[in-house]
Amino acid sequence: MTVAVNPSQTGEPVFYLADEHPHPEGYSTSLGFWIYLMSDCLIFAMLFAAFGVLGANYAAGPAPKDLFDLDLVAVNTSMLLLSSITYGFAMLTMQQNKIAQTQMWLAITGLFGLAFIGIELTEFAHMIHEGATPQRSAFLSAFFTLVGTHGLHVSCGLIWLVTLMVQVWKFGLIEANRRRLMCLSMFWHFLDVVWIGVFTFVYLLGVLR
Amino acid sequence: MSPDLLKLIFGRLGLESLPLHEPIVVGTFVVVALGGATLLAGLTYFRLWGYLWREWFTTVDHKRIGIMYMILGIVMLLRGFADALMMRGQQMLAFNGSEGYLNAHHYDQVFTAHGVIMIFFVAMPLVTGLMNYVVPLQIGARDVSFPFLNNFSFWMTVGGAVLVMASLFIGEFARTGWLAYPPLSNIGYSPDVGVDYYIWALQVAGVGTTLSGINLICTIVKLRCPGMTMMKMPVFTWTSLCTNILIVASFPVLTVVLALLSLDRYVGTNFFTNDFGGSPMMYVNLIWIWGHPEVYILVLPAFGIFSEVTSTFSGKRLFGYTSMVYATVVITILSYLVWLHHFFTMGSGASVNSFFGITTMIISIPTGAKMFNWLFTMYRGRIRYELPMMWTIAFMLTFVLGGMTGVLLAVPPADFVLHNSLFLIAHFHNVIIGGVVFGAFAGINYWFPKAFGFKLDVFWGKLSFWFWVVGFYLAFMPLYVLGLMGVTRRLRVFDDPSLQIWFVIAAIGAGLVFLGILCMLMQFAVSFLKREQLKDVTGDPWDARTLEWATSSPPPDYNFAFTPVVHDNDAWWDMKKRGYQRPLTGFKPIHMPSSTGTGVILAGLATAMGFGLIWYIWWLAAVSFIAMLVVGIGHTFNYHRDFDIPADDVIRTEDARTKLLAGAK
Repeated sequence: MTVAVNPSQTGEPVFYLADEHPHPEGYSTSLGFWIYLMSDCLIFAMLFAAFGVLGANYAAGPAPKDLFDLDLVAVNTSMLLLSSITYGFAMLTMQQNKIAQTQMWLAITGLFGLAFIGIELTEFAHMIHEGATPQRSAFLSAFFTLVGTHGLHVSCGLIWLVTLMVQVWKFGLIEANRRRLMCLSMFWHFLDVVWIGVFTFVYLLGVLR
Repeated sequence: MSPDLLKLIFGRLGLESLPLHEPIVVGTFVVVALGGATLLAGLTYFRLWGYLWREWFTTVDHKRIGIMYMILGIVMLLRGFADALMMRGQQMLAFNGSEGYLNAHHYDQVFTAHGVIMIFFVAMPLVTGLMNYVVPLQIGARDVSFPFLNNFSFWMTVGGAVLVMASLFIGEFARTGWLAYPPLSNIGYSPDVGVDYYIWALQVAGVGTTLSGINLICTIVKLRCPGMTMMKMPVFTWTSLCTNILIVASFPVLTVVLALLSLDRYVGTNFFTNDFGGSPMMYVNLIWIWGHPEVYILVLPAFGIFSEVTSTFSGKRLFGYTSMVYATVVITILSYLVWLHHFFTMGSGASVNSFFGITTMIISIPTGAKMFNWLFTMYRGRIRYELPMMWTIAFMLTFVLGGMTGVLLAVPPADFVLHNSLFLIAHFHNVIIGGVVFGAFAGINYWFPKAFGFKLDVFWGKLSFWFWVVGFYLAFMPLYVLGLMGVTRRLRVFDDPSLQIWFVIAAIGAGLVFLGILCMLMQFAVSFLKREQLKDVTGDPWDARTLEWATSSPPPDYNFAFTPVVHDNDAWWDMKKRGYQRPLTGFKPIHMPSSTGTGVILAGLATAMGFGLIWYIWWLAAVSFIAMLVVGIGHTFNYHRDFDIPADDVIRTEDARTKLLAGAK
């Protein structure tokens, strides 16, 4: 904001704004959402730390090598990465004010997200079926909690995505909806970054261990 | 009805959950129920519900939310202090074969509830309330960045408090100590609802605290008025900024720790168990990574209050503003590097202990710098011994003492002797009461005339002050002695009769503090009755220095008719010195956020969900959760959250003030 804070032309100091414009709606939203994301990041950091501490405590139960199917995880990872790309396309079309295309890309993003959740749930079900339950060992407790929390975030993102699609459909790409799409975009990419960490530290390093 | 159906509907809640066999609890319940019923009947009789709902519960005005936080803090202080009196009474009596009057089951709940309530539902609301009220005014803003979120945060804090209070009469509270260390807090050793009350009360309130932290950071970063650069912010705003950064950077840790503990308790995972690879020690580390910053969350705003008070009542610019800011920032950072000093005795080894001992001692340097800044501000100042200044001086003496015993405890070999002794209890009460509580009282006495337009009564204020200060020393100095003699914390009965006299003195001290609290309530009542005599129409009763005193008392909804422009650290002092003329014309409509009941509803549902989870009433938890989603999403379909205060209203308000000011001259 550019405001003359120096003495005015008459030499009198200016102590208030006679002609003021209120801050535009959503003036603090990006910053606020960033800070929220960082607090969420801290939640993941703690879960990573817990996994780091407990990740090798198998309690004579199954270890990552016995459980992880890297091919499946690779497919899963690509689902999430692709969903980030398609979300990027949605934002690009939003910039060009193309409602239909924005909605289409959002829908595709949602489908990729859904596929990610589906594959993850299949993986979980498979592990539990083999007796590798969250109760079996501290390693599995930490694993299910970290990966599950990420999955829960993606699920929340999906609910949010559908809500926003309804709002775009009802009210169009108005300023408020653009801001919301931008926030969800940050959220979605943030989850992608977290997943890279999960993929590296939990799955790849786990299998190497 | 079949037991299965009962279980489905009520979970593990049954008639036997009501503590009918504990006469003390039943007595308390009768008193609280009668008082509550009288209050509700009074509100109904005087038809105040509509007014409260419209003007207070649903408000998004930071000033009213701030006041509600203060009321919550003071109400919970009465509960937390009742626990303190019970402990002092028990420890005074339980000698020479006497069991005292509290059984172990009850006593263990009392000391846990005392700690939890005093930190989360007294100190936090008092601090958050003052920040909420004062910060937007100090930076020349109309409200916080996210007014609806602010309302929601407050009601979540209330929700947590409601759950803690419910545990008094429905079931029981945790018997684990205020941080609920596993394995004691695990399901095997604490199978009842106590720890679940603890978990969900803190989770519900924690959401509110985190969101309010984000809100105030954004407010301070984005909504400062023109001219107010970072290094021109009032010190209270600075300390608030650092406090809220600490909140956002530490409360998620608490959230995770409690979530993992609940997974252990509800799902049977093995994070903090003794078997299957779990690590109880990880809990202790994680909770103190939150816990240590938490004490600075509480005390930094108090430091800010003392800075404002000292310079106002010394009639001088604050000595060493820049060093004050840097000291605050350094404390903010260092507060994350000391957590292990809470458990030196738990086997980390000499090197690790030395590191954390040294970082702990280093924190006393910026804190000492602050102390000298306050002293130099007073030096050759024209000091006025009004109530806020009295609390500040009591703080300086008391806090230095508490700080020194803290440095003593930071020496690992000394800590091995004093760990978990009453010396530690004396130390942290010394800094929390001497720092945070005295700070809150200084702040209340300082800003009360801003919030209500009349000063607080001096006679009852002084009485309260002396009872508090003398009572504090009588209550806690004996605990230092007992700690040095090796008495550990949380004991219910004692064998050595020679110790009794110290506990008797401590109990007398607690009694004096109780009189101090009563005098403070009296002070509020008397001031309200004498409000015409104590009236302040200038908006600046203390001849103060920062921007909040530039507007009327109480400030109008929009805070400032025109956004101020700032040229100096002490903006209002600068305006007064350079002949600022209050604008009388040219008023425009002012854009403001509208009230909404969504925050109350969401927080109510969150509380219901917590209650369902505590008692295994799964349908209640599920229904409340879904309802929260529906209400939350529904709220996002409301795109019209603002309105304009018409220029006519602004003119009317400002003209009224002009008349008042003319009358005052």
